[in-house]
Amino acid sequence: MASAPSKLYADDVSLLVVLLDTNPFFWSTYSLPFSKFLSHVLAFLNSILVLNQLNEVVVIGTGYASCKYLYNSSSYSNRSLEDGRMPALCTRLLNNLEEFMIGDEQSIKEDPREGTMSSLLSGSLSMALCYLQKVFRSGSLHPHPRILCLQGSPDGPEQYVAIMNSIFSAQRSMVPIDSCYIGSHNSAFLQQASYITGGVYLKPQQMDGLFQYLSTVFATDLHSRTFLQLPKSVGVDFRASCFCHKKTIDMGFVCSVCLSIFCKHHKKCSTCGSVFGETPVAVDSVSKLKRKTPET
Amino acid sequence: MGTKYVQKSAKYKTSVKDPGTPGVLEMTERKFVFRPSDPTSASKLDVEFRFIKGHKNTKEGSNKPPWLNLTRDQGGSYIFEFKNFSDLHVCREFVGSALAKSGEAPQAPSEKLVATFPHEQLSKSEMELRMRCLQEDSELQKLHKQFVIGGVLTESEFWAARKKLLERDYSTKSKQLVGFKSSMVLDTKPMSDGRTNKVTFNLTPEIKYQIFALKPAVHQAFLNHVPNKMSEKDFWTKYFRAEYLHSTKNSIAAAAEAAEDEELALFLKDDEILAAETRKKIRRVDPTLDLEADLGDDYIHLPDHGIFRDGGKEITESHNEQCRRTLSQDLNRQGAVVLEGRTIDVDLEDPRTVAEALVRSRHAVEGSEKQIGLDRIARMTAIEDLQAPHSYPFAPLCIKDPRDYFDAQQANAIKTLDDTRAGMQQTKCSLSTTEAYCSLRESISEIKSSGLNHPIIKPEVALMVYNGLTQNISSTKYQLGKNPQESILESLPNPTKEELLHHWISIQELLRHFWSSYPITTSYLYTKVSRLKDAMSKIYRQLEEIKETVQADFRHQVSLLVRPMHQALDAAFQHHDADLQKRSAKSGERPNGYT
Repeated sequence: MASAPSKLYADDVSLLVVLLDTNPFFWSTYSLPFSKFLSHVLAFLNSILVLNQLNEVVVIGTGYASCKYLYNSSSYSNRSLEDGRMPALCTRLLNNLEEFMIGDEQSIKEDPREGTMSSLLSGSLSMALCYLQKVFRSGSLHPHPRILCLQGSPDGPEQYVAIMNSIFSAQRSMVPIDSCYIGSHNSAFLQQASYITGGVYLKPQQMDGLFQYLSTVFATDLHSRTFLQLPKSVGVDFRASCFCHKKTIDMGFVCSVCLSIFCKHHKKCSTCGSVFGETPVAVDSVSKLKRKTPET
Repeated sequence: MGTKYVQKSAKYKTSVKDPGTPGVLEMTERKFVFRPSDPTSASKLDVEFRFIKGHKNTKEGSNKPPWLNLTRDQGGSYIFEFKNFSDLHVCREFVGSALAKSGEAPQAPSEKLVATFPHEQLSKSEMELRMRCLQEDSELQKLHKQFVIGGVLTESEFWAARKKLLERDYSTKSKQLVGFKSSMVLDTKPMSDGRTNKVTFNLTPEIKYQIFALKPAVHQAFLNHVPNKMSEKDFWTKYFRAEYLHSTKNSIAAAAEAAEDEELALFLKDDEILAAETRKKIRRVDPTLDLEADLGDDYIHLPDHGIFRDGGKEITESHNEQCRRTLSQDLNRQGAVVLEGRTIDVDLEDPRTVAEALVRSRHAVEGSEKQIGLDRIARMTAIEDLQAPHSYPFAPLCIKDPRDYFDAQQANAIKTLDDTRAGMQQTKCSLSTTEAYCSLRESISEIKSSGLNHPIIKPEVALMVYNGLTQNISSTKYQLGKNPQESILESLPNPTKEELLHHWISIQELLRHFWSSYPITTSYLYTKVSRLKDAMSKIYRQLEEIKETVQADFRHQVSLLVRPMHQALDAAFQHHDADLQKRSAKSGERPNGYT
């Protein structure tokens, strides 16, 4: 089993971290029922484990207000929980998922997020990267890791900085981020994530064939990808969110010191505190204007 | 620059002091004609622009009248005085474009600007460098023509943004000492015609210089005897007679001749000056010397390793020490001179001047020998060949080829369509938080009770997915992006495409100058910005025209391409206006103080 003392990992052994979007607001409006979606995903996870005995799967729930580890194949050494109808993986995962949904509902009540439909992708990405760091530090022998985002909710521009940081962190640790985006728009965040980390971005057209997409495109291990032709994104939306209002912008102002992005001109960078110099003349006129305003 | 013909009344002046002949100056693209009002006057002109090297003009506001000075390439110039400066400007611009068109004169604008900006002194080499840059890069030349000759940017402004370009070319020039040819000239091979006893030596100025450098005794003799005692020709004849005698190894004959002719004997004797210097010289080899490789170095393919004498056959006749000269001595001497480097820098044509220059350089070497030696060695640490390329403490701007941008735009355009369609379908979540969570939990319990779908996927659907993926992969691979016919830019008719690309490059250039002028601190920057703004609004209108005139099929694509350009320009205009307002508010405030 995976926990056997002497593991000799071949180059096609994978450690797959799946980020599962469990945003209730998205699923309640989406055409594909969540149960159908789960059925495809569970079958996919099972097939990953079957593909290679040493493969490992970690599932992290991307909730609306919180994130949680839902399943880790290496922590269950025996698969005795079979009940005839479903593999142990599914039972455990579904149980954890139910708990997680209750917890997520709880945390939304404590800390409501106003006016957004997006789920907490930045959180689950960070958790995935933390887990992978732990794996990296456990020794030089570990399966080849990759992250798969199963996302449906729209991008939350307010998470731009956190998500970009996660993406760059993944890029640094050479972890590809695959994204299977089932929402209606394209997700700029996931497009960038896959583009930067060298993963695959795919927006399936046939939702009832989701399993086929998953097993054809996302089940391929990193080694096989060197000789397989996987779908490529036609274009990547590289637009950034401004740091001040979290709006997605085409053109903006960039801090010359820390490269923070703003949608309009600021006197001072909110990130690094640099004061954007004007000419002494201009500063003078600004201060004069300021003084003048209250009087008139 | 559209005008093909200019006619202005002007006065032709042969010199600055000349009061001038009134008449009419006509210019076409190829030549200019001056017809004096008085038909009998002799000062009629008909000159083609290709004989004109450059032009200068007096500045408006200076106390000089409006003069245009056209410099002829053989020296001399034509000066025209105009009635007013506007006439002058029209003619100046015309001349500028005519000179640029006549091919060999991209230098004209530079000269003009040297005249208008006297503080910017350009060396000839720098100017040549700029010209070469322009010639190599047609896009740059187009920009230069448009903005510098069009008066939007000045020459120095234009090049200031391209310092890197100039530096690159500039730094390739070596500052190393020019080396001395390493082939053995001592053995100037005689050519005999075989029938007569005549032997011919070929002598070039270069060889003469080399002989002087290699043989100080010959050098000394030349200075002493030529041209007082004998002619140059006689001198060389004698020299080569001695050489010939030497090469025949007939030392007895040589000795006999030497006894008869003391001048000839000089050439056969050991070089005393050399012997004295030899030891000193060993100590002052310049390590920075760039040895020049020539055929002499190719000793593998040359017969006798390029040396026409064979050291092995050297006869050692001890009885005649005087006339003995060994190959190894020659080789050493050759090596020493090569290591000395070229010490003179004069025209080699006249051997007398060469000889004198060599004396001067020798004296100079004697005097400052030690100092120079030390300097050179100190400099040795910085031999350019071995230096890493200059690295500057700033990161160079990464300005991409606009084509890349346009290619990416295609995908974005498709996506925008996609997104707008999808956006309409998006429905706002109407469920409350509790209801949403409830429905999700229901789904989970549903799958828990009923198990996974069976079968997970229908075969037909799987086939559809496969087909879709295959199509997607092959289309992204073979059709999109890579294929030039598929990108928006390439699908446009050629003239439109070129126009758009050119506008894009122009806008980039203008914006670069525009934004770098802020904050405006001097009146110079102020005028520069307003100049730039005018140029930009002109391009803005031109873009608009393109959008309107293009065929209906392409209008949408063109407007997609033009939009970002307009946006960039709009941002600049907005900034300009805001800045202007701030300024006017400030200046309006000043007289009244606080109100």
